[in-house]
Amino acid sequence: MPLVKFISHSGEENEVHVAPGTTVMHAAVDNGISGILADCGGACSCATCHCFVDEAWLAKVGEPDEVEAQMLDFVLDPQPNSRLSCQIKVSDELDGLVVLLPESQI
Amino acid sequence: MGTEHAVIVGASHAAAQLGASLRQGGWQGRISIVGDEAIPPYHRPPLSKDYLAGQKHSDELLIRPAAFYEKSEIDLVLGSRVTAVDREQKCIVLHDGGNIPYSKLALTTGATVRKLTLPGHELDGVFYLRDLRDVDRIRGYTGPGKSAVIVGGGYIGLETAASMRKLGMNVTVLEALPRVLQRVTAPEVSAFYSRVHREEGVTIITDAAVESLQGSSGVTAVKLADGTELDADLVVIGVGVLPATELAEAAGLAVDNGIVVDEFARTSDPDIVAAGDCTNHHNPIYDRHLRLESVQNATDQAKTAANTLCGKLEAYHALPWFWSDQYDLKLQIAGLSQGFDRVVLRGATDSGRSFSAFYFSGDRLLAVDAINRPKEFMMVRRALSTGLSADAEKLADETVDIQQAFS
Repeated sequence: MPLVKFISHSGEENEVHVAPGTTVMHAAVDNGISGILADCGGACSCATCHCFVDEAWLAKVGEPDEVEAQMLDFVLDPQPNSRLSCQIKVSDELDGLVVLLPESQI
Repeated sequence: MGTEHAVIVGASHAAAQLGASLRQGGWQGRISIVGDEAIPPYHRPPLSKDYLAGQKHSDELLIRPAAFYEKSEIDLVLGSRVTAVDREQKCIVLHDGGNIPYSKLALTTGATVRKLTLPGHELDGVFYLRDLRDVDRIRGYTGPGKSAVIVGGGYIGLETAASMRKLGMNVTVLEALPRVLQRVTAPEVSAFYSRVHREEGVTIITDAAVESLQGSSGVTAVKLADGTELDADLVVIGVGVLPATELAEAAGLAVDNGIVVDEFARTSDPDIVAAGDCTNHHNPIYDRHLRLESVQNATDQAKTAANTLCGKLEAYHALPWFWSDQYDLKLQIAGLSQGFDRVVLRGATDSGRSFSAFYFSGDRLLAVDAINRPKEFMMVRRALSTGLSADAEKLADETVDIQQAFS
């Protein structure tokens, strides 16, 4: 199963294995990784699952769609590598994905 | 593990958050979540949307997988209905006569559907929609070409209508008031939703008075007071919910349209907190007591309650927000519009599928209904949380960037 590595704002690292098709948000929530709130459960409605995709993985992960991009403009500390983790599906191609978590979601 | 025991009654959205937040907050004792359904706490909003439309499996609804609770040492006591809270003995009583002692208790009992006692309400094929079991039963009656009559033109009714159209059904929505969503939105927003539902093939009848549900064993038609008869293979009634306060009331806790809690989610008993749809609390942003039916409130108030039980008093002051997905419409609501005296529109409501309605009381912005406008939702959520004020003229002018309308 593909591996996702989460790095918290304070530098703590957590690696989890998840089934292909699982979103990065679920990978975090299901494994009790704090820093991702995901209040709306993945409906792309709340912007509380903000993360930063490690630069090396940006091209493979791809761009946010229009709705997600509009929400990302208003998260705390938006960066060019900002994404909503509920919109990224883990696949074999993303095995080893590195995701950084923001200091706060709201 | 300490000898203290935090017992959470109601395996709801608030319960899942409360349990997780207790552990994060350093609660050393046992934690139990007691619920009458057989599965761990799950997301309810998709029930009337993707789950009803067959686009989500029940496993995907779980807020956290069962393994999470095990790892966090949170006991799930499922399939158990709580029949009483004994505050003197400090225990809860279960339907089978057993009891569970607590040192701290959290009530996250949510809400139950408001029932209609129409003639014929007991017929097969007549449903309410609140939990997973309801939708599983409803799905036994859905299918292409079948006819559904939905009683109630609120968010649940309209979401159900949209999902059933997706399933290829003939759908009629009956609303007792002159317009759909009348209690929660401006007339322009109601008109917009009526138009879109009609464009999508739904029949909407407002000012509808249902006289009876017809059929011998299963429902076959809905009869209105004006004599109209509507064919129905199934009827879904969505006319609001009531806070589940029976346990609290019987235990002698203060109840007034919800379990009364203070800003730290404490009930009138210092060892009992409550969170979510079942509570009546004071909102400091709008300076009034209210009851909210939302995931946001369940989650945020549960965090406050968990902090309180961990001995960290932090007042609840979150901004309410909501969402509703129907067809290709993504509605996001920030704030509470009740008490508005003016609506400012940005974008067209009579054509297309994207606009925002900003609700004002005098010069004060209260809330926004943003339809396919996530940017405007996010901006207002930030503005209302941080106390920015809004310029109504700039909001109405689409050539002005939304951020320029706030200062």
